[in-house]
Amino acid sequence: MNFTLRVWRQDGPETAGRFEEYPARNIPDEASFLEMLDLVNEDLIGKGIEPVEFDHDCREGICGTCSLTIDGVPHGPGRGTTCQLYMRSFREGEVIVIEPFRATPFPILRDLTVDRGAFDTIIQSGGFISERSGSAPDANAVPIPKTIADLAMDAASCIGCGACAAACPNSSAMLFVGAKVSHLGLLPQGKPEKNRRALSMVRSMDEAGFGNCSNYYACEAVCPASIPASFIASLNRQYAVAAAKETVGATL
Amino acid sequence: MAGHAPSSSAAAGFPVLRWFFSSLGKKTVVAVTGLVLVGFVTGHLLGNLTFFFGPDAMNTYAMKLQALGPLLWVVRIGLLVAVGLHIVFTMLLWKENQAATPQKYAVKAPMKTTIFARTMRLTGLIVLAFVAFHLAHFTLWLVNPAFAGYQTLLNGHEVHDVYRMVVVGFQNPFVSGFYILSLALVAFHLSHGVASLFQTLGLTNQTLRPKFEFLARIFAWTLFVGYSAIPVSILFYG
Ligand code: HEM
Ligand code: SF4
Ligand code: FES
Repeated sequence: MNFTLRVWRQDGPETAGRFEEYPARNIPDEASFLEMLDLVNEDLIGKGIEPVEFDHDCREGICGTCSLTIDGVPHGPGRGTTCQLYMRSFREGEVIVIEPFRATPFPILRDLTVDRGAFDTIIQSGGFISERSGSAPDANAVPIPKTIADLAMDAASCIGCGACAAACPNSSAMLFVGAKVSHLGLLPQGKPEKNRRALSMVRSMDEAGFGNCSNYYACEAVCPASIPASFIASLNRQYAVAAAKETVGATL
Repeated sequence: MAGHAPSSSAAAGFPVLRWFFSSLGKKTVVAVTGLVLVGFVTGHLLGNLTFFFGPDAMNTYAMKLQALGPLLWVVRIGLLVAVGLHIVFTMLLWKENQAATPQKYAVKAPMKTTIFARTMRLTGLIVLAFVAFHLAHFTLWLVNPAFAGYQTLLNGHEVHDVYRMVVVGFQNPFVSGFYILSLALVAFHLSHGVASLFQTLGLTNQTLRPKFEFLARIFAWTLFVGYSAIPVSILFYG
């Protein structure tokens, strides 16, 4: 297959970026989007042009590193990560516009790579359980209702890719934070620190400079893990309870 | 760092302020004041519908409202505070959202957002202008000073003839048109806003959200039909 790519090129965090057009020739339709970029890069190297820098790691949809915005949609058309997107999803001869994730807290490092470290900072502020883990307990030692286990599992499937914040017209990270806060807060091991976690993760999110949810639900439309925006409602609820408790001095 | 300045420094010693000026706190303030305003527009409609029961019904309703005296002022000031907080906090949210979105994507993809959601600030601000006109029109009688002199007899007492004021007011097709247009924008605002506030207050889940969205649309456009029925019936039936 043949395509025309309009790719964002930017030399460094402080320099201005621009679009460049490159042809993508003889791409097998079973190539993933990243493999297509590899082929185009080989071509560019052959011509003495700097290859396009983009982020990737597992290439199997689990690490969330492959942050690209394709035709205005983070991770491109369909549900899934960029590495799981195949060129057969595009039309022959199509012009494909490729941009980095755009959000102030995800500064562009070079070309299509951004620094998603803000998500790590948020996780470090409370996305954990302060409990000695020891050896794995028997699976039935802590009874958890099936509905709760399922809900926690849904939330836990967030891979931290950042597409939610990149898709949001306000660059809000609330789907990510909602998933993390809910996943841990729903389970008995995470419950004791529920309030403290909600407060500190929301504060860390605010300090990183993410925007505020306007209930647009663009996040939910692009999330490769299909995290529903009801986890944002759940975050709102948990945070309100925690903040009210803190206001009257009832938090830990 | 960029972002929500008041949450860290100035408000640190006051947990309440730290809460209200955090991202989610500001959203909560918008939702709660929005809910108050929704309560008002609903009650106001029910009161206005006395129009269809004739001059005496509407003038009695208006007289009873006036008779509340100081209580009426408590409600008025409460509403003013709600409107003020609603606007100030949406603008604070907006300012941060602007700062968080450095550059738009070259290709615009709507990704599920609705026109109602995307026009909240615009519809809100036009509604605010409308509210100002509405108060000048029917409460302060600035638009047509003759309204001040409309009197009628109700059970032997001389009272202000609100019914006649409304009829005369809406006989002007431009005034009626402006009202109806503004009411449509209120419906725009609320077809997103009412569903949105349940999400913001954390009262939804995956099953409930589509239901709230559906009911919010019905609610918003029912308000529109109810309110517009008054100018429409005056325009067409005199
Ligand atoms: C008749 C008066 C009004 C009513 C009944 C009303 C009601 C509401 C409601 C119920 C919400 C949903 C809150 C939420 O998302 O949780 C809302 C949101 C909003 N309102 Fe209003 N509002 C009114 C006037 C205004 C005005 C004058 C503005 C002017 C700026 C405004 C701007 C907004 C904005 C921007 C939002 C979205 C906030 C966000 O999602 O971040 N509203 N309003
Ligand atoms: S919520 Fe979805 S879109 Fe957001 S970081 Fe997690 S997996 Fe990615
Ligand atoms: S490279 Fe790991 S999810 Fe795409």
